[in-house]
Amino acid sequence: MSGPDPLSVLAADAAALRASSRKQRTPPPPPENEPQLYEKRRGVYPQKVQGPFRRFKWLVMFVTLGIYYITPWIRWDRGPYAPDQAVLVDLAHRRFYMFGIEIWPHEFYFVAGMLIMAGIGLFLVTSAVGRAWCGYSCPQTVWTDLFQHVDRLIDGDRNAQIRLANGPWTAEKIAKRAIKWTIYLVISFWTGGAWIMYFADAPTLTRDFWAGDAAPVAYATVAILTATTFTLGGFMREQVCIYMCPWPRIQTAMLDEKSLIVTYKDWRGEPRGSVKKAAKDPGAFGDCIDCNQCVAVCPTGIDIREGPQIGCITCALCIDACDRVMGEIGRPRGLIDYATLDDCKREAAGETPRPAWKTLLRPRTIVYFLAWCGIGLGLLFLLGARTRTDISVAPDRNPPFMLLSDGSVRNAYTIKLRNMESRPRDMAITIDGVRGAMMWTDEMDRADAARSLTLTVPADATQPLRLYVVAPRDTPAQAITFAVRSLDERGERDSGETRFEAPEVNP
Amino acid sequence: MANDKLASGSRLDEATGTQTVGHEWDGIEELDTPMPRWWLWAFYATIVWGIAYVIAYPAWPMIDRATEGVLGWSSRGQLATEIAEQDKARAATVAALADMPIEKLPDDPALMRAAVAGGRAAFKVNCVQCHGAGAAGSIGYPNLNDDDWLWGGNLKEIEYTIIHGTRQPGGKDTHTSLMPAFGRDQMLTDGQISAVADHVLSLSGRAKPNATGAQIFADNCAACHGADGKGDRQFGAPNLADAIWLYGGSKAQVVQQISNARLGVMPAWGGRLDPVTIKMLAAYVHSLGGGEAFAATAAAPGETAAAQAGAVPQEAGDVRP
Repeated sequence: MSGPDPLSVLAADAAALRASSRKQRTPPPPPENEPQLYEKRRGVYPQKVQGPFRRFKWLVMFVTLGIYYITPWIRWDRGPYAPDQAVLVDLAHRRFYMFGIEIWPHEFYFVAGMLIMAGIGLFLVTSAVGRAWCGYSCPQTVWTDLFQHVDRLIDGDRNAQIRLANGPWTAEKIAKRAIKWTIYLVISFWTGGAWIMYFADAPTLTRDFWAGDAAPVAYATVAILTATTFTLGGFMREQVCIYMCPWPRIQTAMLDEKSLIVTYKDWRGEPRGSVKKAAKDPGAFGDCIDCNQCVAVCPTGIDIREGPQIGCITCALCIDACDRVMGEIGRPRGLIDYATLDDCKREAAGETPRPAWKTLLRPRTIVYFLAWCGIGLGLLFLLGARTRTDISVAPDRNPPFMLLSDGSVRNAYTIKLRNMESRPRDMAITIDGVRGAMMWTDEMDRADAARSLTLTVPADATQPLRLYVVAPRDTPAQAITFAVRSLDERGERDSGETRFEAPEVNP
Repeated sequence: MANDKLASGSRLDEATGTQTVGHEWDGIEELDTPMPRWWLWAFYATIVWGIAYVIAYPAWPMIDRATEGVLGWSSRGQLATEIAEQDKARAATVAALADMPIEKLPDDPALMRAAVAGGRAAFKVNCVQCHGAGAAGSIGYPNLNDDDWLWGGNLKEIEYTIIHGTRQPGGKDTHTSLMPAFGRDQMLTDGQISAVADHVLSLSGRAKPNATGAQIFADNCAACHGADGKGDRQFGAPNLADAIWLYGGSKAQVVQQISNARLGVMPAWGGRLDPVTIKMLAAYVHSLGGGEAFAATAAAPGETAAAQAGAVPQEAGDVRP
């Protein structure tokens, strides 16, 4: 396996797998003088299937949908000055709440770090267990699965669905379509409606939404998400995976011959023949009885026996279907199985397959895992080390200094004191440097000027201050530092250094 | 593979079962995968959207203007709408400011802040040309940040100065003062001017006192600037004993001013700006760091303030309580 890159290896393996099943390939090449402009979507009517992977998909669906719908309704007490919603993206006030963590806009690197972790997590999962994201937890997969269950509920299983789709528009079909699409719409609306709950207090927003008092953007967001869920989940389905989503394309670069994928073991299955034929002519046929169950249950409508392909989201439902058939006819399970291309080769050559831990624990997955952990620990460290008190100082640049009538020099500064705690806090701000300098704010009397001022900064807010500093006659230009200290048990400190400007030569 | 080759180079790709487009670059070929039908629909939808847009919005350039579109939208119109909305949003503040006598403004911090904000904007349009963007002025143009005022530094006095200006021809209420050009008009000799300049500088400790200069000052200057050189706001006579110099504080600059007596002018904004804007400008200038409180200055300008107060309402609207 040295030399060629994983992509070409995959392609070559895929070609080899397909070559064996080319007989079954149906689409004839269009004549050269009749170019095909477009391809009509072929309907996908996946059959109901039972098995461990189907049960796993149910579990993932309940957990992910549960998280999505319920999270905004979890309450979290933060005291009287902060919202009590556990997870809240408060765009209006530029705050992001996640249980005990509150993030300000300037701390957005935490969110960026989490997104990077999510990205590396995808790489990790892909290199270890293939397209598990696509197969189980991608929202497109989850909602498509949900909508396909609705299909089965209203129209019946695969055959009934096909009959109905191909049949004329009778009253029954119209009624069934109307009911089904209404259910689609309700699910879609619920999906869009749940989304906006992350951006405002959920109970209040729900009340406002139905009273017509919510912000226009709330209605627009619900409308757009309802429309996209209805279209993408109800009708586009596998088209999204095959034509729109970049992730399957990236996967072809991410997967290698050591990644777990859903594989049809052609050396075991080919040539295909029915149980009857095999009984007549033992030894002439492989294990595949060509029952097409793997195709019937596939939610993207592909034939896994053609080999790894972009349309396969590795949901493993074909494994459930094939294992059931193999069990019924008394042949060994695993004709379609989670396996790496390497293992397939070994098995085909009669060697013993590598143990599973060797598939999971290899340099690539370990490097991804360490990078993922490193970023995570770094973020946790930063989270623990951050202070909730902050000062920023901007000196007036026009005019840089001001000569007063008694010859003293005044500088003006715009100071921002940040109190990131959800309670008002007293803070002391002190001048460090510039002998004899005194300060006062524009809301104070100059007579009260002092070296140190105490003020209360409101909860979870930035307090802007217009500060005047006056220094005695002939004070030279020099550095000045404003130190802030929170007057509470935390005693947090921060300081901002800037310049105190003065005339170069006092006239 | 060779059997699949067609005349144009297009062939059936074995792995995918799709026809290639027939080109080949260093062994790389492109599949002629048909696009999905919904993609075509999306394409048609964009065409429909484009046509609808052209009908609804300004689109086609004509000779002197573009087509207007049936919705009648224009960026100019949108701006007008937004400005109207802003005016509406500000209306309550503006009305409150109009009703509020400027003496009472400091008692309403919220309104004061609004006035300062509005004044900051108006200052950038009307005042920065002379007084500078930071209101720091320059030689001949007063610095509005410091604590030295020619005509008084409380809100009322600042407002009066803005309304009536300085040395405006024909304005009976305008601030007027005159300093003789002692050198140009040969009222003093060069030597005398140098001596009195030294005396003036000595008031703030920049030169040694000299008796000759002091005598000349007492004879010629004290009438307006006061015996101690501390000036008099009634005449707009600058304080010569402090650190602030309108025309510069070097000996040469002081000699130049005594010889040629430059006199600054400021427009009377009462005829150009509405009373509320003027009130806001006064609040802004007052807020720059040198504004004086009413109580502190009540004694100094005394009669002047009382005399000015009567003149204000005629031009600034009724601001009396």
